[in-house]
Amino acid sequence: MSSVLTILTILPIIGAAVALFAGARARALAMVTSLAALAFALWIWLSIGFSGQMAFVERSAWVPALGIEYHLGADGLGGLMLLLAALVTYMAIDASKRVTARPGLYFALVLLLESGLFGTFTALNFFHWFLFWELSLIPAFFLIKLWGGEKRGPAATQFFVYTMVGSVALLLSFVALYVATGTMDFEELTRLAAWGILPGLIQTHLGPVALWLALGVLLGFAVKVPLMPFHTWLPATYSEAPTAVTMLLTGAMSKMGVYGLLRLALPIFGHEYAQIRTPLLVLAVLTVVAGAWAAAVQKDLKRIFAYSSVNHLGYCLLAIFAVAIPSPGGSDAALNLSQTAALDGVILQMFNHGLTAAAIFWFLTFLEERSGGDLRLDSFGGLRKPAPIFCGLMGIALFSSLGLPGLNGFVSEFLIFRGAFPLAWQAATVAVLGLLITAAVILTVIQRVFLGPLPEKWIAFPDLTRGEQLAVAPVLALMLLLGLAPNLILATVNPAVMHLLAGWRF
Amino acid sequence: MNYVMPGVSFPNLFWITFPETILEVVSLVVLVVDLGFLRKRSLAFRMTAAGALGIIGCLNAIGWLAAHSAPMALGDALVSGPIVVAAQVGILALTVLVLLLSLREEFSRNPGEFVAIVLLATTGMMLVTAARDLLVIFVALELLSLSLYVLAAFAKNRAESAESALKYYLFGGTSAALMLFGFSYLYGLTGTTSLLGIASALATGVASPLLIVALVMVAAGLGFKVAAFPFHLWAPDTYQGAPAPVAALIASGSKVASFAVLVAVTSALVTTRTSAGGASWVVLLLWMAGASIVLGNLAALVQTSVRRLLAYSAIAHAGYMLLGIAAHTVQSGTAVLYYALTYAVTTVGAFGVIAIVERGVGSATLDSFAGLSRRNPLLAGAMLVFLLSLAGIPPLIGFWAKFNLFSAVLRAQTAGAWGLGMVALALGASAVSLYYYLQVLKRVYVVKPVSDEPLAVSPIELGTLLFIALAVVGMGILPGLLGQWIPLG
Amino acid sequence: MLAYTIYLSFAGALALAVLPRAGSQFARVFALLVAIAGLAVGLAGFISAGTGGAVAVADLAWIPGMGIHYTLAADGISRVLVLLTGLAAVAGILFSWTVSERTNEFFAFFLALIGGVYGVFLSVDLFLLFVFYEIAIVPKYFLIAIWGSTRREYGAMKLALYSFAGSAMVLIGLLAAYATAGAHTMDLHTLAAYPFPVSFQMWAFPLVFVGFAILAGMWPFHTWAPTGHVAAPTAASMLLAGVVMKLGAYGCLRVAMTLFPHGLDPWGFSLLGIGSWRTVFALFAVIGIVYGAAVALVQNDFKFVIGYSSVSHMGLVLLGLLTLTQIGIDGAVLQMFSHGVLAGLLFAVVGRIVYERTHTRDLNALSKLQLGRAMPFAAAVFVIAGMASMGLPGFSGFVAEIQVLIGAWYAFPWFAVVAGVGIVVGVAYTWRALQRVFFSDLPAVGPGGEDVPVPRYDPITWPEIAGVLLLAGSSLLIGVYPRLLLDVITPAVQALPHLLLTGGRP
Repeated sequence: MSSVLTILTILPIIGAAVALFAGARARALAMVTSLAALAFALWIWLSIGFSGQMAFVERSAWVPALGIEYHLGADGLGGLMLLLAALVTYMAIDASKRVTARPGLYFALVLLLESGLFGTFTALNFFHWFLFWELSLIPAFFLIKLWGGEKRGPAATQFFVYTMVGSVALLLSFVALYVATGTMDFEELTRLAAWGILPGLIQTHLGPVALWLALGVLLGFAVKVPLMPFHTWLPATYSEAPTAVTMLLTGAMSKMGVYGLLRLALPIFGHEYAQIRTPLLVLAVLTVVAGAWAAAVQKDLKRIFAYSSVNHLGYCLLAIFAVAIPSPGGSDAALNLSQTAALDGVILQMFNHGLTAAAIFWFLTFLEERSGGDLRLDSFGGLRKPAPIFCGLMGIALFSSLGLPGLNGFVSEFLIFRGAFPLAWQAATVAVLGLLITAAVILTVIQRVFLGPLPEKWIAFPDLTRGEQLAVAPVLALMLLLGLAPNLILATVNPAVMHLLAGWRF
Repeated sequence: MNYVMPGVSFPNLFWITFPETILEVVSLVVLVVDLGFLRKRSLAFRMTAAGALGIIGCLNAIGWLAAHSAPMALGDALVSGPIVVAAQVGILALTVLVLLLSLREEFSRNPGEFVAIVLLATTGMMLVTAARDLLVIFVALELLSLSLYVLAAFAKNRAESAESALKYYLFGGTSAALMLFGFSYLYGLTGTTSLLGIASALATGVASPLLIVALVMVAAGLGFKVAAFPFHLWAPDTYQGAPAPVAALIASGSKVASFAVLVAVTSALVTTRTSAGGASWVVLLLWMAGASIVLGNLAALVQTSVRRLLAYSAIAHAGYMLLGIAAHTVQSGTAVLYYALTYAVTTVGAFGVIAIVERGVGSATLDSFAGLSRRNPLLAGAMLVFLLSLAGIPPLIGFWAKFNLFSAVLRAQTAGAWGLGMVALALGASAVSLYYYLQVLKRVYVVKPVSDEPLAVSPIELGTLLFIALAVVGMGILPGLLGQWIPLG
Repeated sequence: MLAYTIYLSFAGALALAVLPRAGSQFARVFALLVAIAGLAVGLAGFISAGTGGAVAVADLAWIPGMGIHYTLAADGISRVLVLLTGLAAVAGILFSWTVSERTNEFFAFFLALIGGVYGVFLSVDLFLLFVFYEIAIVPKYFLIAIWGSTRREYGAMKLALYSFAGSAMVLIGLLAAYATAGAHTMDLHTLAAYPFPVSFQMWAFPLVFVGFAILAGMWPFHTWAPTGHVAAPTAASMLLAGVVMKLGAYGCLRVAMTLFPHGLDPWGFSLLGIGSWRTVFALFAVIGIVYGAAVALVQNDFKFVIGYSSVSHMGLVLLGLLTLTQIGIDGAVLQMFSHGVLAGLLFAVVGRIVYERTHTRDLNALSKLQLGRAMPFAAAVFVIAGMASMGLPGFSGFVAEIQVLIGAWYAFPWFAVVAGVGIVVGVAYTWRALQRVFFSDLPAVGPGGEDVPVPRYDPITWPEIAGVLLLAGSSLLIGVYPRLLLDVITPAVQALPHLLLTGGRP
């Protein structure tokens, strides 16, 4: 039994412990650690293979008295998330050039956060999963609280309270599941659900609470993704957090929520969600449209992209809820195809949005640095003249976010709609509005920041340095690559999705 | 006509009262030596000499008793046997300790008389323990009481000594008279003064009003001796006013003897279920016990003088012991004796410490004890042991004694109805008592002293107190030590 | 061999009492060595006994006439608690390193208290257990009255009297049991096997249970605890909350529930839904959980917050015991260990690290002192201890609390819900304290742009670091691998068959 995943998870913790005492050299140390983790995650990704099965499985008894096992594994879904987490962390560390106050603690917390992400994406037993879920919360809180903007206190508290409430709901639901079934293992619970035994077990041991448990689990993830109306913590938090931390929040942490829906909620409670599919779809569509609309009326760049994140992840939610169709009995090839496409799209969207959003906020850090912290939309204009490279590169990221074909954002959104239309055409139709509004938003940003009259103070706006260009170039190249050759990812993800779908029953 | 009681002959009498005789002889010797030869010496020397002689006498008596503990009887009047001998040895040991602690005392210009009267009091105690005839009991009790009245007044330079002695005497005289009156009724009702005879006479029959009156009056007399409610009023003042060794003696030896006689009287009055008056006697004892427990503990809570605090706590302890007597089984009787002896030893120690503090600081209020742990750590440690033992904290002997006593009460068949309730009351009151004992210990350990200079104490006194403290701890850890003579369980 | 924990402690106490003028440093080092020796013995005993059953330690006839023996033995529960005592003792001494007044007496009383506690956990003869229980009362009084702080004499006296009253109640019950069973023995197992009449058990059980529960801080007899904890010096608070309150819970389990199991049976009638002593005390326990947490939420004295939190956590322990299920009692014993360690850590932070430097415990005053920046070590430790105390997975409290909640769900479902609410309130008050004391959002940069100066405090000393590592490390170790303790506890609980009266999955 390999211990690859354990090592991957522990690596950032060790890095954090060392970085804590490294003082000014903490950033370099953190960079090295995150690059090592990235290389490792890439290797894992490449080794997963195309069978769709779980790879690198580790399994041993931990606390048998509570059905807790040490069970890890990485399939196409999990492996891709590991890669994303490593990538985004690297990007965030690189963007944290100007952390002067207590750098040791800062980078230690970032690395701890990365470890939390790795743990969550590889866990197959609830205890381990929940452990790292909570573990990622603490560093995030402190990163916001200690290095954030003016209103960081209330923002951090709000972030903490919302996520805690969601976590408690999750915990209670899973403890109840344990009481009913005697196990906390995701794969076993999925099997029980697929065979139709789970509702009966719940009924016997707890009463008619299966739907409540499903909602509890949903709440935990609804807060994290977020699903409207549980999103109210997000704008303040994304805005007050240091921008590099926002990269982590939007790039990786929000994906924990979607991942959770795919790994825990849908497999185990798909049947229950299928029964309340319509209200869920409404909320998803609301997230998409209202998220985009809210982005359109913001005046601060960080807030614009915060709401834009809500919008982009709304598509994932749309697809996920659309997939939860009560099975008509017997296999329907067309249905299966749509579901596969939708989930492929979701997973791809997770990766793409993570990459893109992190990149956009990265560019925002450059902007921030040069403007002395000011990120109001009105402050800028015509930057194309003094900083053409900056505008060009940021433009790539922005167009990817818009969904321009040829860039990675298009493929995932296409797949989502390809899958969602046959499954829930009304919802998908309304969600198209989101695409349109997002396009408007992005174009407005481009127009207001890059084009138009150039204010006096920005005449000498410094362009990107060589170092900065070299740092962002790979990421942008990846966006292009994935836009043109999405099969690089889909080749591994698609079999995994098919394997997963085969084991689910709605 | 010459009436000769069966079994009584002068040689027999002499033999059975040999230890008492030793004491009397020694007391005379002390008087002679002190008044005859040592007039010109210093007071300290005279006190030491007299005390030493007294101690030697007591030790001799102990030796004799230890060697001759086989059961024997002088007709129906006096008995001897392992338990009685144990009690008497205990009393003698207490006297030795009191004398050791008084060797350095300077309250009296008449050391010889002091020691002599102490010895006479001890004689009275021993006789009381062995007496089984009403008249002999009375005579012995009077010997004891009169000696103690005189001793209480011995500190002639303090008015409160005389006041306490007077109160003691007036109260004691009245209750002695009542007791004698009660005895006379008993004689009238049963036709005999021996306890055995009374036991068989009262074994059946109904309790007539006369008998009840007699019982009440006897209870008054004996209750006075043990300081039980409502005959306790003398105790606080006497404990406060008498010179420290005398207070120690009153609190220790006299209590042991009095409880011994209470056990004897009770076993005579309550021989069988149908003893006339037996039930009434038990009820009387229970009322006295309950009231003593409650009153003693509550009153002690508000005292500022440590002596008075000990007096009220003595009333409470008397209440506990009365419970044991009310249970009137063989085990409960031995348990009472065990409790009385261990309580007495501890109290002697406590009074010893009080005496030293009084000498050094000038008074024995709570505040006088402030910071004792800094001024004399060994003394403070000894006081800690004594007071915690009185509170009943293990592993000190006081805890043992309580446990033994209460378990004997609970196991007594006859205690079925009231046993649990009274034991619960007693244990609850014990919990309350911890408060006032801790008040003293708080001053000793927590409060800062007024002056930091060490408190002087002579080696003899310190040695005696440490010996007592070690005994309290040692017997607490290994109760079997004492259990060899006074069986446990 | 385990008996040496007792002997070493008492010998150490005696030695320190008798060597009056030995220097402070000598006293500290000596006491530390004695405590470490005790811990080592406890650990050796724990490891060598493994997961086996009861280990006989000593058996001597003491007072044969009364059937009282000096019998010591250690089953799994005792071994775990002995280990806890060792940890608390060493940590307590480390955190009392700066006691400079009457140091010998301080450590003498401390060691005497520890010796008494070891004795209780190891005794099998009930009389012996009671003796050790009472021995522990007096040192507590002096530790608080002499070296304490707020209202120390009142707090000390209240604690002593409450404890003594509780033990008086226990003694009445024990005496009655002794007398009823023929007065030949006080051996726990023999008396437990004796068929006491049910009517007898019906009054003896609540009497003895309440007597012990007073010391365990059960509502409504808990009022000594907050006053006493606040009045006590740090080491005494650590011991009081950490170990001494566990004596009460242990007594409830080992004496009250073992001797009089039928006292837990239903009465046959029910009053407002309450039909047995079991339900009554479970109700009290649950009230304690919520009440303790709610009151902690509104305290302004830092130490009072922790004091009331102890009441709340002990309520959880008692609830677990009363569920009469394998999992509930397992959880209760584990929670005893976990809370023992964590309470020690919390009091150490509040008392030793913060109070000794800032000389205030008022939350409002502390919030102005920027302790998050001035005392980063203390902040980090309190974060860890607070998270652990909230029940964060990865620390010892999580598994214990889950087990108790599951057990409570089987036995009293509504109580489980209320207890869960109490735990959530626990998150709130810990949060509040953390915010106010360490992270009160004062600006780091003043109005003119200058750095707001941070108050300087004495640096953290090595004994404090060692103590923190010991306690936090233990909690973390057990949190990550609870089987270390659970494997020892579970067989011991299984050996109490008469207690596991209810069904439900263990």
